[in-house]
Amino acid sequence: MSSLRDTWFMVGRQARNLMREPIWIALLLIQPLVWLLLYGQLFKNVTHLGGFGTSSYITFLAPAIVVMNAFFGATWSGMAMIQDLDRDVIERFLTTPVRRSSLVVSQIVRSAITAAIQATIIIAVSYFLGVRSSQGLLGVLVVILAGVLVNSAFAGMSQGIALLTRKEATMIAVANFIGLPLLFLSSTLLAAKQMPQWMQTVAKFNPVNWGVVMAREAILPGTDWTVVVTRGLALFALTLVMASFATWTFRAYRRTL
Amino acid sequence: MDAIVVTELRKHYGEVQALDGVGFTVQEGEVFSLLGPNGAGKSTTVRVLATLTKPDSGSAVVAGNDVVRDPNAVRRSIGYVPQSSGVDRDATGRENLMLQGRIQRLHGNDLKRRVDELLQLVGLSDAADRLARTYSGGMKRRLDIALGLVHRPSVLFLDEPTTGLDPEARTAMWEELGTLAHRESLTILLTTHYLEEADQLADRVAIVSRGKIVVEGTPEELKRGLRGEAVSVRLADGDRVRAEAVVDLLDGVHETTVEGEVLRMRVDSGARAIPSILSALESNGISVEAVASHRPSLDDVYLHYTGYEFAEDDRAANGTPA
Repeated sequence: MSSLRDTWFMVGRQARNLMREPIWIALLLIQPLVWLLLYGQLFKNVTHLGGFGTSSYITFLAPAIVVMNAFFGATWSGMAMIQDLDRDVIERFLTTPVRRSSLVVSQIVRSAITAAIQATIIIAVSYFLGVRSSQGLLGVLVVILAGVLVNSAFAGMSQGIALLTRKEATMIAVANFIGLPLLFLSSTLLAAKQMPQWMQTVAKFNPVNWGVVMAREAILPGTDWTVVVTRGLALFALTLVMASFATWTFRAYRRTL
Repeated sequence: MDAIVVTELRKHYGEVQALDGVGFTVQEGEVFSLLGPNGAGKSTTVRVLATLTKPDSGSAVVAGNDVVRDPNAVRRSIGYVPQSSGVDRDATGRENLMLQGRIQRLHGNDLKRRVDELLQLVGLSDAADRLARTYSGGMKRRLDIALGLVHRPSVLFLDEPTTGLDPEARTAMWEELGTLAHRESLTILLTTHYLEEADQLADRVAIVSRGKIVVEGTPEELKRGLRGEAVSVRLADGDRVRAEAVVDLLDGVHETTVEGEVLRMRVDSGARAIPSILSALESNGISVEAVASHRPSLDDVYLHYTGYEFAEDDRAANGTPA
C-alpha cells in the first residue's frame, strides 16, 4: 500500500514539474507528429515493393511510430533521475521513510504515462490522415499498450544506466548509441520482407520490433492475436527484468553513499 | 534520556578512514556541535545517524532506535538538513513542504496547517508560492530547515547550516536556530567548521579530528581547560628552533610550538610573561616583529588537543578530495 501511495506522490511531483516547462509540453505534442508526417511523406511509395500488408503506407507506419516514439522517450528518461541525484533531492527523500522502490518506479511510470499521452495524440492525428484500425477500439488500445510496454522496458534500462553512471554525458551517449540502430533493426519503416535476411533475424531479438509487430498486427487487417499476445508477454517480461535492474542499481547507488 | 548514543563508529571510503571510532552522547533537548575542519568526519557521522549510509562497525541509537536495525523508525523521528540544499527547485516552497509531509505520513488539514506554520516560522510565508529556483541562498537554507521539521521530529541534524551564507545571514541564522531549538523542543546535532558558530550555538561541543573525537565539553569548559593565556610571537629573523628552546626554558611558559615565523605558547599571565619572553629572545640575538596575547579561543582548544592548527587542517582537507 505505502509503495503505491509513495509512487503516486512521486509521479505527481514529476508530472507537475514537467507541466511547468512550456517548451517541453510543446515538444511532447509536436515531436510525434513530426515523425508521422515526415516519414509518412518520405516513404509514401514504398508499399509498391510488397510485404507491407496494406497499400496505405501511413496505415503501416502509424502504429510503429507510436512504438518508436515511446522507445525514444524512454531512452532519455534517466536524465530526470540524474538531475534529482545532482540536486540532492534523492538524498533528502532517503532520510524519510518513503519507500525506496517508489523513487525509481515513479520515474518509469511517469515516462510510461508520457508515452501513453503521445500515443493517443499520434493515433488521433493518424485517424485524420485516414488510418483505420481493423480491430476498432481494441486495436487502438493494443497500440497504446505496445507503446507503454516498450517505454517501460527501456525506461527501466535508462534509469539503471543513470544510476550506474550518474553522468548526463554518458546518458546522452548511450541514448544515441542504441536509438537509431534499434530503430533500423526493426520493421518500423520498412516491411520485414524488404530487409536483408540477417537484419530480419536480428530484428526478431529486438524488443522495439516486438512492440512494432504487436501494434501493427492489431491495426492491419487479418489480425493474428497469437502474435499480439506473445509479443506483449515478452515485452511485459522484459519490463519486469528492466525494472528489477533499475531497483538493483538504486540499491547499489545507496551503498556508495 | 539520551537522544543520541554513538559508540565506536567506523567507516571507510576506499583508502580513507572517514570515521575511526567516533563516540558521543547527546541528551534530549541539547544543542550539540561536532566541530572540526573539512574532512574530519563530521558529515559522515551525521550521514550515518540520518540513515543515509551504513557504518562498517560500531552502533548508533537515535531517539531510541538503532540506525542500522530499524532505519525507518529513525527516519520518522529525525529531520536532516544537508550541507548542500536538497530543495526541489522546480517546485514552490509550499509544494516542497507538502510532498515532504506526505512522505512523512502527514495528510489533510493537519499537513496544511503544519506547512503554513513552518512557512511562517522560517519567514517564507510571502515566498511560499514562488518556485524555489527563485530563492536566495539563505531562503533555500531556511526551506531546507523547514523540510527537516515538517513531521515534528524530536532530533534535528544540521550539517554545516551556515556554510555559504554571508556573515549577516549567518548571524541571523544563529538567532533563528536558537529560537527554533526552543520552540520545537528539539535535540539538535549540528556540524560546523566555524569555531565561533559552535561557541554561539552549542550547549556542548565535541572536537572532531581525523575521524575521532578528541575532546568534548561545554565551550566554557573546553576553554577553561587551557591554562592561562595564549601568546604568539612573530619572529623577524633568527633561528626559530633556538627561539623555541630559549622560550621553553622560561618559568610560566608551556606548550611552546613553532609554525613558520610564529612562536606560540601558553602562559599563566601575559602581563608577567611577555617582558621576560622578549628579553630572553633579545639577549639571544633573536629579533621580534610582533607579539600578541589573548584569552583562549576554541582555536586554541583545537590546537591544544589535536596538535594541529585548525585553519591548516581545514586547508589540507580542502586540497584533497573528500
